[in-house]
Amino acid sequence: MSTELKQQTAGKVAAAPHVIPPVDVFEDESGITLLADLPGVSRERLGVRVDGDSLLIEGTVEVAGPKDMDIVYGEAQVPAYRREFTLSRELDASRIEAQLKDGVLRLTIPKAEEARPRRIEVRVG
Amino acid sequence: MLHASFRPATDVFGELNRLQSVLDQVFRPQERSSIRALAGSAFPVINVGATPDAVEIMALAPGLDPASLQVTADRGLLILAGERPAASPGRREGVSVYAQERFTGSFRRVVSLPEDADPARIEASYRDGILRVTVARRESAKPRRIEVQ
Repeated sequence: MSTELKQQTAGKVAAAPHVIPPVDVFEDESGITLLADLPGVSRERLGVRVDGDSLLIEGTVEVAGPKDMDIVYGEAQVPAYRREFTLSRELDASRIEAQLKDGVLRLTIPKAEEARPRRIEVRVG
Repeated sequence: MLHASFRPATDVFGELNRLQSVLDQVFRPQERSSIRALAGSAFPVINVGATPDAVEIMALAPGLDPASLQVTADRGLLILAGERPAASPGRREGVSVYAQERFTGSFRRVVSLPEDADPARIEASYRDGILRVTVARRESAKPRRIEVQ
């Protein structure tokens, strides 16, 4: 096997350059809410995928501005976002709801019915 | 790190990265910023572009109410200011917070405009969480072709 081929396969495994978006994650009785900052990502360019117990959020930024523009100062140079999470078993991945507004993605991941906390009545007997 | 599941709220490395990016900004303002600058102190992250007709400032400021954004031009400086409210429901019973990496609070960033920028002709728009401010250049400063007679 040549070194060239090895490099090719290594290149396929490594993901393209991307920014890890900052997130807020909180949980209440009904499930988990995840908020991710994805500025510049439109609905068409956003992907939320669940595969087994992994949740993948990816998006690419539509490059704004005129064609003849030169960047003279750039703090954000990578126009792609990607972050992966592991879902725990009590979450119901089939009922995830996603909402994208002003570059913020809000995912609502409900808990499976049987996993919700419930109050057990104590009977006086 | 990419495959990390939900990270704890008190992320020591996140704090170090934040500190690092603050130092970067102070001591090496001309260099490329860290890829993690997004999660750190600078909010919003800014790109500045130049065209023959205008200066374009793009601020990555997701989740803001456009009405609450203050864009002001003052003596050659463009100031972007505003406040981002916290999104988490707060510490009430039955709510656990696992990560709070997104920026909250008030912010203010200042960009110095080039000499030929015209403060009277500034336009700002907000789309998909990006604030785009276009500052036109003065007519006299544009390159023009001189007719040879």
